[in-house]
Amino acid sequence: MSDRTRHAPELLRRLLRAKDRMDAASHEAWPVQRLARVSHVSPAHFARAFKDAFGMPPHRYLLTRRIERASALLRDTDQPILDIALQTGWNSLGTFGRTFRDVTGESPRELRARAQSAAHALDQVPGCFVSAAQRPGLTIAVSEKRRREAGDTVVAPNKKESP
Amino acid sequence: MNHSALANDIAVTGLVIGLYVHDQDEAHDFYVGKLGFRVHTDARNGDYRWLTVQHPDQPAFQLGLFAPQPPTVDEDTAKTLREAVAKGAMPPLVLVVDDCRAAYERLRARGVEFTQEPTERYGSVDANFRDPSGNGWKMIEARKASA
Repeated sequence: MSDRTRHAPELLRRLLRAKDRMDAASHEAWPVQRLARVSHVSPAHFARAFKDAFGMPPHRYLLTRRIERASALLRDTDQPILDIALQTGWNSLGTFGRTFRDVTGESPRELRARAQSAAHALDQVPGCFVSAAQRPGLTIAVSEKRRREAGDTVVAPNKKESP
Repeated sequence: MNHSALANDIAVTGLVIGLYVHDQDEAHDFYVGKLGFRVHTDARNGDYRWLTVQHPDQPAFQLGLFAPQPPTVDEDTAKTLREAVAKGAMPPLVLVVDDCRAAYERLRARGVEFTQEPTERYGSVDANFRDPSGNGWKMIEARKASA
């Protein structure tokens, strides 16, 4: 088994409730206090318990859901990228574009072009499973990912978002 | 290899598929008292309880509500399974209904914990709920066959 702390099923079920709430409204702000209240856990213990339960800190989980949702909208709609950014919980196009590329390795525009040119045979699978299967696997913090990639490619850290 | 020749080789007349639940009494109250299933079999042998429920519209199918417990699994495995259920990590379940929005209103009024409101996608409507243990159900109203 893993060396993560194991929690009682009753607590895990309440932590799942916080995860479900983020899933249902990933565009909203989810400060630890709010999540802790959903789970009936003290804010001081929430983040640690969530990470024990689900393998990543709550804010990073939220980020994967936002990226997943944005990817789906890029793929399935023709909405402007700015609208998608605002709808999925970002305050600016710059932050969205940078984070999106850091997580997925391509810009929102690139993903849209690639996804829309590919034919999809996923009609028979319920939407949420398709969507979950395409969720980014974010096993490290975005800042760490940035740092590693900057180290690898010697890209200036403040490199501007490409249009 | 073509398996289609085997498809009707064995006549199947019923199906039981089991879920792991945190507490069988609680699961019974949920599936019977809220979702409208009926008890098909409730048999006890010592600590072990074989509990299956059935929806009146689907008489060939029984849903088993089983507790992960010794002797079917050892205590440590049972603990791991109870954790997995509580984390919502068990496989997806699907309930196909004829009117997702109406079913949502009715079930919500009975206190079912929905994790997604009815949402329309490409002509079908789906909503998500969880049982008290954490098992996730997707309730789908299939796209009507196009005329």
